[in-house]
Amino acid sequence: MTDTVAARIAAHSFFAALTAEQRAALAGDGRAVMFTAGERIFDDGGIADRFWLIEDGGIALDMRVPGRGDQIIETLGPGTVLGWSWLHPPYRWHFGAVARVATTAIEFDAPAVRRRCDADPAFGYAALRLFTPVITERLQATRLRLLDLYASPSQLRQREIQQADT
Amino acid sequence: MTGQGTATRALTDPAPAVPRFYRVVSRREDTGDTVTVELAEPAGPVPAFAPGQFAMLTALGVGEVPISVSGLGDSGGGRARRLEHTLRAVGAVTRALCAVQPGGLVGVRGPFGTGWDVASAAGRDIVIVAGGIGLAPLRPVVLTALANRSRYGRIVLLAGARTPGDLLYSGELDRWRRDGVEVAVTVDQADSGWSGEVGLVTALIKPAGLAPGNSVAFICGPDVMMLVTADALAALGIPAGRIRVSLERNMRCGAAWCGHCQLGPLLLCRDGPVVGYDRAAALMRVREL
Repeated sequence: MTDTVAARIAAHSFFAALTAEQRAALAGDGRAVMFTAGERIFDDGGIADRFWLIEDGGIALDMRVPGRGDQIIETLGPGTVLGWSWLHPPYRWHFGAVARVATTAIEFDAPAVRRRCDADPAFGYAALRLFTPVITERLQATRLRLLDLYASPSQLRQREIQQADT
Repeated sequence: MTGQGTATRALTDPAPAVPRFYRVVSRREDTGDTVTVELAEPAGPVPAFAPGQFAMLTALGVGEVPISVSGLGDSGGGRARRLEHTLRAVGAVTRALCAVQPGGLVGVRGPFGTGWDVASAAGRDIVIVAGGIGLAPLRPVVLTALANRSRYGRIVLLAGARTPGDLLYSGELDRWRRDGVEVAVTVDQADSGWSGEVGLVTALIKPAGLAPGNSVAFICGPDVMMLVTADALAALGIPAGRIRVSLERNMRCGAAWCGHCQLGPLLLCRDGPVVGYDRAAALMRVREL
């Protein structure tokens, strides 16, 4: 941990619901990192042993689709959290992640944070309350995108035909 | 307010049900199924439409549909006022309208309904959130704000599209950026050439760093998109009365006579399409409306 990381965590709105002690403890599991544009951060199926608070830049979540290459599922920008697969077994990434541009972030040691959560249920509950809204928001956004709201009737018909044909 | 005056005019117009015939003077294909046409009336001046208002457009021999203005065409260096409409080919009438070539005729009734009332945002930041074809009715908001730049604070445009190929006015977006509009775009489905954002349009709100206490929001898109966007902006602190949505229902007469476009206590051809979210929020959640 560095004082800089502690100060950055203390100043960030994402951690505002934590107590000063909890933020300080979390800072002990964090470090500042940088990714160059195009740098792969993790692959789907890999061990989810870290998570990041993106401070600047941008990340693309992707998935390798045979015949179609890496398909971008979603992009994440400054102020958002990258990674929650570390919260639950089997602790494997469900998607890949790549830096779209030069990106700075605070990287957290996920097993260390999990141990801290287990040892201190109040800290664990507070941490869970930080991540639950992130998960919920992304789930809701995904559901809405599934509705294909912007599609024209002909695009929807085309999609139905494709689905029926597969 | 703009809409109030318009409603009165529509009701007192001696012939609001009679179309005037306009000539298509230009036609531009924006996307695979979307066309922007510029219309001029050969016989006289075009009635003054306000941003957000709509016209009933007639494809001769086919039918009539309500289409919001996407441009007022009066900034062309002294030429006659013109109307611009961006049309998406989704049915028989819109397909026929999209197919009309320069020189062809289109029937026009209007202006109808309430406008965005851009002037009421003077002194404040303008936040425009568009989903899909919803960018078309919002284009005049951008153009009006840019034409009166000093009256407004930040102009923020957040746009969502299905795919990069479905994004409207892609060339203009770059021009608006150069003119100082803060433009952010996201798509639901990226292709290999897309280097922008991917996700729901609401994901663009937080990074925009809005000043909710000093912002007026204009939203247009599918109802569900408008609901979640308006809720997100309200949660940020923009008062519901300063969030406006454009509601489209089955507009027919345009003069609040027939009742086809009723949404609870509102007749949207007169009381809409632009409605404050303080009124619209509850109505948009009634399943039967």
